[in-house]
Amino acid sequence: MTKKDFTSDQETRWCPGCGDYAILATVQSLLPELGVPPERCVFVSGIGCSGRFVYYVDTYGIHSIHGRAPAIATGIAATRPDLSVWVITGDGDGLSIGGNHLIHALRRNVPIKILLFNNQIYGLTKGQYSPTSEQGKVTKSTPFGSEDLPFNPLALALGAGATFVARSVDTDKQHLAETLRAAAEHPGAAFVEIYQNCNVFNDGAFDAVRAKGQRERNQIRLEHGKPIRFGADSEFGLVRGDDGSLAVAKISDVGEDAIVVHDAKNPDPTLAFQLAQFAPRPLGPTPVGVFRAVDAPVWGADLAAELRAAHERVGEDELAALLRQGETWTVA
Amino acid sequence: MAKTLEKKDHVVVRFAGDSGDGMQVVGSRFTDETAAAGNDLATLPDFPAEIRAPAGTPHGVSAFQIHFASRDILTPGDRPNVLVAMNPAALKVNLPALERGGTIIVNEDGFNDNNLRKAGYASNPLEDGSLDGYTVFRVPMTSLTVRATQGIDGLTSRDAARSKNFFALGLVSWLYGRPTEPTIEWIERRFAERPAIRDANLAAFHAGWNFGETTEALAVHYEVEPAKLPPGTYRNVNGTQATALGLIAASVRSGLPLFYASYPITPASELLHTLSRQRRFGVRTVQAEDEIAAAGMALGAAFAGNLAVTATSGPGMDLKAETIGLAVMLELPLVIIDVQRAGPSTGMPTKTEQSDLLMALYGRHGESPLPVVAAATPAHCFDAALEAARIAITYRTPVILLTDTFLANSSEPWRLPEIDELPHIDPEFAQPPSDADSDERPKFLPYQRDERLRRPWAIPGTPGLQHRIGGLEKQHETGAISYDPQNHEFMTRLREERIARIANDIPELAVDDPGGADLLVLGWGSTYGAIHGAVRKLRRERGVKVAAAHLTHLNPLPANTGEVLRRYRRVLVPELNRGQLARLLRAEYLVDVESFSKVTGLPMFTADIVEQIELRVERARRAA
Repeated sequence: MTKKDFTSDQETRWCPGCGDYAILATVQSLLPELGVPPERCVFVSGIGCSGRFVYYVDTYGIHSIHGRAPAIATGIAATRPDLSVWVITGDGDGLSIGGNHLIHALRRNVPIKILLFNNQIYGLTKGQYSPTSEQGKVTKSTPFGSEDLPFNPLALALGAGATFVARSVDTDKQHLAETLRAAAEHPGAAFVEIYQNCNVFNDGAFDAVRAKGQRERNQIRLEHGKPIRFGADSEFGLVRGDDGSLAVAKISDVGEDAIVVHDAKNPDPTLAFQLAQFAPRPLGPTPVGVFRAVDAPVWGADLAAELRAAHERVGEDELAALLRQGETWTVA
Repeated sequence: MAKTLEKKDHVVVRFAGDSGDGMQVVGSRFTDETAAAGNDLATLPDFPAEIRAPAGTPHGVSAFQIHFASRDILTPGDRPNVLVAMNPAALKVNLPALERGGTIIVNEDGFNDNNLRKAGYASNPLEDGSLDGYTVFRVPMTSLTVRATQGIDGLTSRDAARSKNFFALGLVSWLYGRPTEPTIEWIERRFAERPAIRDANLAAFHAGWNFGETTEALAVHYEVEPAKLPPGTYRNVNGTQATALGLIAASVRSGLPLFYASYPITPASELLHTLSRQRRFGVRTVQAEDEIAAAGMALGAAFAGNLAVTATSGPGMDLKAETIGLAVMLELPLVIIDVQRAGPSTGMPTKTEQSDLLMALYGRHGESPLPVVAAATPAHCFDAALEAARIAITYRTPVILLTDTFLANSSEPWRLPEIDELPHIDPEFAQPPSDADSDERPKFLPYQRDERLRRPWAIPGTPGLQHRIGGLEKQHETGAISYDPQNHEFMTRLREERIARIANDIPELAVDDPGGADLLVLGWGSTYGAIHGAVRKLRRERGVKVAAAHLTHLNPLPANTGEVLRRYRRVLVPELNRGQLARLLRAEYLVDVESFSKVTGLPMFTADIVEQIELRVERARRAA
């Protein structure tokens, strides 16, 4: 299998320069490597620019309705553990109108992979602020600046009990592919926030983490079991303050041993939650990578197999017995 | 003492008490005894919406009504002949329904000052003459029960008093000569692990029976002979159970696993409770986070190749509307069950109505037609659920099945079908192309139509049939997104025509008319019993010439509907709404049908329809 096997015949239509192109290309290249044939992949999306994604991968797919993709994907995953089910959503779709379904898919640990394209803006509806836009954001619907405080998608996911939480960046093909591979290999619900540039309505929102010349000093790459260090020459690290909070320190000042070691597999989500919150605004040093990946019972997979087997065993005699259950009487 | 035995051809009994008094239990037991006696029967439980209203108040009254007869009957009865009232509140709430001169059996011990005050009585109705028009039996049920249960090991005095509902059951069972075995067996089974409670209930039940046999107050008891029902094996079933069984039957007959997602809401929740126990049949149930998710999960399951069902009541339908619209565009099989309840918004959750017809037909944006099926009686819910699933699977479309609170809770004997009489449903999944590995394989067209205008149902996992569908307008055949003006008009008409053609595959509207009628009474849904009961009664007792017909399919309507309507000089359409079917028929057929509307939260009564027919017959006589 190659990328071609996962590329549909539909013409790709996003704005020129949209970050979605890069994410699509990465996913299309990754899928053949996962060893799941196209007919066993299902992509489900909601409404928004990201929603178009499903038309461009040559798998089974549903471009559904506002915010509901996690619910629809749950119905697929609940009955078909043989399928690889992916949800494509955006910050507006997934965190605003669909917030309820997102948190419940995560707390149930449904075996679906949720890719949340975050560009901190409503693109398809042409430029209103989104649930991740910073407070004070001036947009068409908030000419005096938005009043709302933004959601932190990873903190929200962790709060919902997500067993896999990660962040990556649209244009960093290699990091994104590695992150998505880890998500694909996670048995339960995987949540990946992807910083995505909307060059029309919110250009450069993530430049501090994403753009050449800035990312080198601002991107903190998390790797399980490794000390958390960053900077152009890896000269900085994260240390714990006296109150337990995370802080940036120069390694030459504090010594290697003071640097916090990343542990994504700790059942206690405290470190993951601290790292998720560790995204100072305006964007300073920001962690990317896998924040949390823990083993936990997967919702429904065993049950689906058990029920399918039960259904296949049921014949007309069992049905007749079911209809007759309880007190019956016969009229001659 | 010698007792007189009188024959009756039908009786309506209502048990009423506080919601903690076990009236539903007693009603169900009496129903089983009555079924064992071979009578035809119909029941109606009526309980408060509150979890547990203050004891002894009118808000907390729980009742169970049963109609049983020596002939086939169609409703739980309009007015009880006998009211069993365990306390003053139960008497106060239920007395207005009792027939004039009817029989009242009260638990005299319940009529203390405190209970009288809580029920809002200024004086004791047992003593102030206000019940003079009735036959009243004052039975100290609580104290007789306590006395009968003395000496039972480990029984608290509170539990002893609580057994009084079985005393009442024993007494009424004696009064109508019900067989006692079903209740004795049930008590022994149900309370096997709590011997003290078991023995108390048995003692109370026997004491009630013996009281009837020995007291001088009751000199007459009654016999209702077995009914002559069509041969077959029967069981009692309520609408909820019948709906669940119909869905499981559809699952077995289609070979598709049943997936059911819903969000708790009264009265649809009972369906979730019932189906969630059926894992043995491969039934997958999910209690979703909300109504929208329930519909979405079901739609996902439908895409994945299941018999997918979601159900709700009242306001839940509003929330599912967007997903149902998507199902219309995706052309996937989805069964949406609306157990209708009274009123807009939260309305009256435990009361019945049939006011969601127009919503089922039209309650979505855009032009989004879909089939609508309605159940007529509790047992008919089985056939209606099976039919809704058959249409959904066969025609790849969402189908709305309308039942209601009355059907869901009320029960009647159900003649069990033979399995091979049930329709076989073929999902006809699209098959992978034979040359799946070839580069030359023909392109799969997810919206290519067959002779019935259906698109193929290609489920994930099938090689070579990968496709993407969504809510955006579809290009004919390819299913690609299309904004082409002509294509949208074409697809809109095609979706409409596809549903309209289902009329070729449903039975014609059958009219019950021995001949010569001018007046047709046409109904749909749970008014079936009242309409047909009234029509038969007027024919039998007064020789009135009147026809009756009932719609199970509300969209598409049977092909001969217009012809039937035009055949009669007058058409009366009784509904538990403000005239929704009447409006539809007027619009579709330009026939001047007359609406009879009732929206009290109560079911349609036979007497309601009798009155409406008599009114029209009288008018016609005067005009002639």
